[in-house]
Amino acid sequence: MSIAIGFEGSANKLGIGIIRDGVILSNLRCTYITPPGHGFQPKFTAIHHRSEIIDLLQRSLKTAGVDPKDISCVCYTKGPGMGAPLVSVAVVARTLSQLWGKPLVGVNHCIAHIEMGRHVTGASDPTVLYVSGGNTQVIAYSNRKYRIFGETIDIAVGNCLDRFARVIKLSNDPSPGYNIEQLAKQGNRYLELPYSVKGMDVAFSGITSHIESVAVKAMESGEYTKADLCFSLQETIFAMLVEVTERAMAHTGSQEVLIVGGVGCNERLQDMMRQMCNERGAKLCATDERYCIDNGAMIAHTGLEMFKCGVTTELKDSWCTQRYRTDEVDILWRD
Amino acid sequence: MISMECPSMNQELFKQGAEARIYKSSIFNKPCIVKERFLKCYRHPTLHKKLSDKRMIQEARSLVRCHTIGVRTPLVYHTDLDTHKLYLELLPHPLLNDLISSLEAREQQSADITDTIRDVGRQIALMHDNDVIHGDLTTLNILVDIKSGDSYFIDFGLSSVSSLSEDKAVDLYVLERAITSSHPKMSQLFTDILTSYAQYSSKTAKTLNKLKEVRQRGRKRIMIG
Ligand SMILES: Nc1ncnc2c1ncn2[C@@H]1O[C@H](COP(=O)(O)OP(=O)(O)O)[C@@H](O)[C@H]1O
Ligand SMILES: [Mg+2]
Repeated sequence: MSIAIGFEGSANKLGIGIIRDGVILSNLRCTYITPPGHGFQPKFTAIHHRSEIIDLLQRSLKTAGVDPKDISCVCYTKGPGMGAPLVSVAVVARTLSQLWGKPLVGVNHCIAHIEMGRHVTGASDPTVLYVSGGNTQVIAYSNRKYRIFGETIDIAVGNCLDRFARVIKLSNDPSPGYNIEQLAKQGNRYLELPYSVKGMDVAFSGITSHIESVAVKAMESGEYTKADLCFSLQETIFAMLVEVTERAMAHTGSQEVLIVGGVGCNERLQDMMRQMCNERGAKLCATDERYCIDNGAMIAHTGLEMFKCGVTTELKDSWCTQRYRTDEVDILWRD
Repeated sequence: MISMECPSMNQELFKQGAEARIYKSSIFNKPCIVKERFLKCYRHPTLHKKLSDKRMIQEARSLVRCHTIGVRTPLVYHTDLDTHKLYLELLPHPLLNDLISSLEAREQQSADITDTIRDVGRQIALMHDNDVIHGDLTTLNILVDIKSGDSYFIDFGLSSVSSLSEDKAVDLYVLERAITSSHPKMSQLFTDILTSYAQYSSKTAKTLNKLKEVRQRGRKRIMIG
């Protein structure tokens, strides 16, 4: 029996999760929310994480009913992510590892999303769409690596949504993407937006600048409502994501799609993906906000898989990195 | 674009592509394939029509253009924009993708397909010298005549016309990524394609320089969780 504790704080979500051999004992999260019109800055996000982490840790241990001496390893997000928040959390993981005398395991955040998604849904060898505030990738496993088939060539899809939410001054609570999703349900006039797919890659910055320039005018003239714009934006960017996922499936030959990352809990995206899967006789595996959105359990779960394969991170190597590509990690726990 | 009444035909599903469905059929008493950009329920109808129209027209145009300049492609027999169907010559050849996979499975070196690989490089250079950007260069979009070793290019839905070395470099980068992600053990093949591409004409040097830049950009991409 092995128990792992995982610390995640690469963006504005601070999460701590405790896992016993795949069973989630606790998975608590605390989100740094900024006022409408504002994004989260690294410095203030790190301050948020620092001020919340001890309390969150105590609650996590209590919820899980676990004594630190029963823990096998302390896992933390090594990257990718925002520098200051990453470090603010890694410091705590490092200290606990010393204090408790437990080995440290540095985990790739993207790999953790994928592994948690596979674990929760039971997907065995899916084509993965990883969509979040900082990432947009289409990924599949082969030969000990998660290979990137397609990705964004400029900004991430979540970033595109967040920026738009700021332009139309939507609330960031619980997240800009969630509020766009809710508002889009009332929209129905489709505004044509740039659509950019290159092979299996996508680009969003053209859409962002286009909609920003027309959005305000279209709303002022009353031609399109806020809801119509949310609707049009979602329909366009999600169609691009579904299309590149389908293109990757032609390569992988896989009949499963797994959606992970914060944008992955959007139900409209899931619906569209499910329809594409049905047309191809494939199956969609999706998770809800507990696992899609950054969380500590995914770091604990993946760290434990690594630990069982003999991977640990020495103190001197326990740094963080803002850039850490999905295809850099050796996936020792899969065939 | 010409659009005649759909000739009577009996269709059997042949392949599900990355985007379209491919049927085997016949037209003017010749075997052909029908590439149908079928209605995608997930996509907003306005967006769907815009994309399907544009891609089908672009595909037909580029196929004709390639044929004229001597790039091996299927002949275009007929186009039907209303139903988004393209009627193309049936090329009875396997995919480059499948050839590579079978070599990979037998743990063989690429010797078997050296001539083909060289031909692929030449054909891409020929396209690029004539400002045709394929847009989706992958091993699923190249067919190989085993007997002659000749390569054939299909699937021009994302193609465009451009003289920019940036666009040509991105075209090559798409192919590189397709090979290295689908056939990680066979990435040497892409190097061989580039060698032959470089030898084809003096114009390719500029594109190859640009490719280095495009790759760098890819690696430097910031990734925040
Ligand atoms: N002219 C052709 N002759 C023989 N096979 C073809 C031809 N065109 C397409 N195919 C087959 O159908 C598949 C899908 O066609 P393609 O044009 O690439 O559509 P998609 O855009 O959906 O990928 C190809 O990978 C190939 O196997
Ligand atoms: Mg194709």
